[in-house]
Amino acid sequence: MQRSFWQRLSIINTYLWAFRLSVLLVVVWGSLGTFQAGCRSALTICDFKSKYAPNVWLDLLVFGLSQGSVYALIALGYTMVYGILRMINFAHGDVFMAGAYTAFYLAAAFGRSGFLNRSPLISLAAVLALAMITATAIALILERVAYRPLRRAPRLVPLISAIGASFFLEYAFRGFFGSGFQAYPEWQIFTGEWVIAGIGILRTQAVVIVASVLLMAALYTFVMRTKTGTAMRAVSEDLEVASLMGIDVDRVIVITFGIGGAAAGAAGVLYALVFKQVHFFMGFFPGIKAFTAAVLGGIGNIPGAMIGGLFLGIFESVGPILFLEGLRVPGIYPTGIPAPYQLKDVIAFTMLVMVLIFRPSGILGERLATKKA
Amino acid sequence: MALLDLESVHVYYGNIHALKGISLTVEEGEIVALLGANGAGKTTTLRTISGLLRPREGRVRLRGEPIDTLPPHVIVYKGIGHAPEGRRIFARLTVEENLKMGAYARSDAQGIRDDMDRVFVLFPRLKERIAQVAGTLSGGEQQMLAIGRALMARPRLLLLDEPSMGLAPVLVEQIFETVKSINQQGTTILLVEQNAYMALTIAHRGYVLQTGEIALSGRAEELQANEEVRRAYLGG
Ligand SMILES: Nc1ncnc2c1ncn2[C@@H]1O[C@H](COP(=O)(O)OP(=O)(O)OP(=O)(O)O)[C@@H](O)[C@H]1O
Ligand SMILES: [Mg+2]
Repeated sequence: MQRSFWQRLSIINTYLWAFRLSVLLVVVWGSLGTFQAGCRSALTICDFKSKYAPNVWLDLLVFGLSQGSVYALIALGYTMVYGILRMINFAHGDVFMAGAYTAFYLAAAFGRSGFLNRSPLISLAAVLALAMITATAIALILERVAYRPLRRAPRLVPLISAIGASFFLEYAFRGFFGSGFQAYPEWQIFTGEWVIAGIGILRTQAVVIVASVLLMAALYTFVMRTKTGTAMRAVSEDLEVASLMGIDVDRVIVITFGIGGAAAGAAGVLYALVFKQVHFFMGFFPGIKAFTAAVLGGIGNIPGAMIGGLFLGIFESVGPILFLEGLRVPGIYPTGIPAPYQLKDVIAFTMLVMVLIFRPSGILGERLATKKA
Repeated sequence: MALLDLESVHVYYGNIHALKGISLTVEEGEIVALLGANGAGKTTTLRTISGLLRPREGRVRLRGEPIDTLPPHVIVYKGIGHAPEGRRIFARLTVEENLKMGAYARSDAQGIRDDMDRVFVLFPRLKERIAQVAGTLSGGEQQMLAIGRALMARPRLLLLDEPSMGLAPVLVEQIFETVKSINQQGTTILLVEQNAYMALTIAHRGYVLQTGEIALSGRAEELQANEEVRRAYLGG
């Protein structure tokens, strides 16, 4: 029986549509406002120029890309573990922190001895390697101690265990290394800009982007082309049948945690390269952002995590200025929202909420219903 | 010594007593049919043999060696292949990757290639779709892939759980032909089937399960001639 459009429009649907429309309105109104900010008044016809020069937008884009590639690296760990165990490893952000924090001591020692700038590439490789090894080790210990014993427990139980493990790691690092910020030493060759085709790009950001792309390409090739990678995908589809193929499921789970940990460790160093400091709590926000990125791309989906990470990074960096700076709210903010950059997290989490409501399967994911959970 | 023997195996799902002391044997080179109504415990029996379920009492032995405490992937290495009920191919993997996963436990690259060719001789359709994602195959093609995948392990003993389920009659015939030829090439088969008539046509011996117990057993011709079996499973 065909009901009319108005009959089908329930109250909840109305609210959802109103929510969609208002977000759209804010985005359009804000963006228009931003591009007219250079004009004397909103009524002047002007040629849609923002008060920012094109290269400012480009800087924001590059910053977003570098930030996003760090999110993407972390998101891979969330998504791969979810794909296999249908579990959110909430301690993953702290694995990232542990990698960056441990490698900080090596970087600082290199800095004191002068090795850091004498052989910048070797020292960066060593710092990355240490971070990846530490993070992998911690991820494996977590799996063994906090998750494996609970594999047959109801799904809420490992989640609680993950949150506990997250606090454990944070406060263990705080206990051992103090609660202050530690300044990461700087590599001299990575300060300043490289000019590529007339466009200046901050060197740290270029390094972050290139390193992440290489790591992601390596990981993707591993998952798609090798026997073990194929086994990982098989286990994530049907754990029981995978075991009937002779695949040692426990071993695959260990490898998955290991790879996710290594990617998070590398991401930790890259993050510290940009923000130049480490802190015991530094994993929390990037962890949640990366989780958002994984959901955005379709949780369980590896290319989705990469795309979701980049997308979120760019949105977060370009969004505040584009959508909010020119958002004139009559009577309250007649010239647009002040300090819009403070609101970048609002943008990120609005995106998370919107994805969860309107497309829970994410950009690349299949519908959750078709997945046997 | 029998290739496989089960000795008074009891299996429970929580409080449900699903297998109540099953004993059966499968000799090298045989096709043995395992028949029974819905819910009789056929799938449970196969899952117990391949280690997905643990018997609470009783033993499962492969050539005399107890295997009922081993994890499933180790049992595969011992030579048991299992094409589970309902196909359960890896839908997001390609046909080729599915077959390669079937051969996961092996490391002889040449042998794997030969066996893949053997599967393609049995099922030419799969060869045409080698690079296709398995989830997009038709139901019949997926069933072929599920059997092909189990063959890729080159098992000594192949457990087939309703290979003809949901297939068109022509395909059913083809599947049974295939099962017979796999057997003639040296693979021992334990076959679970709803289609009791066809199963008994190709099998050497059979067992009839009834609510977790073996009600009847014997040579295939005897079972086909048996009044009770005819009434209950052969529609006559
Ligand atoms: N996971 C489970 N939990 C509880 N009971 C189960 C479970 N799986 C099977 N059973 C019960 O065990 C009994 C045997 O089931 P089984 O699947 O082995 O039957 P079957 O002979 O394969 O039937 P069919 O021909 O329908 O496939 C049934 O009564 C079934 O309800
Ligand atoms: Mg069954």
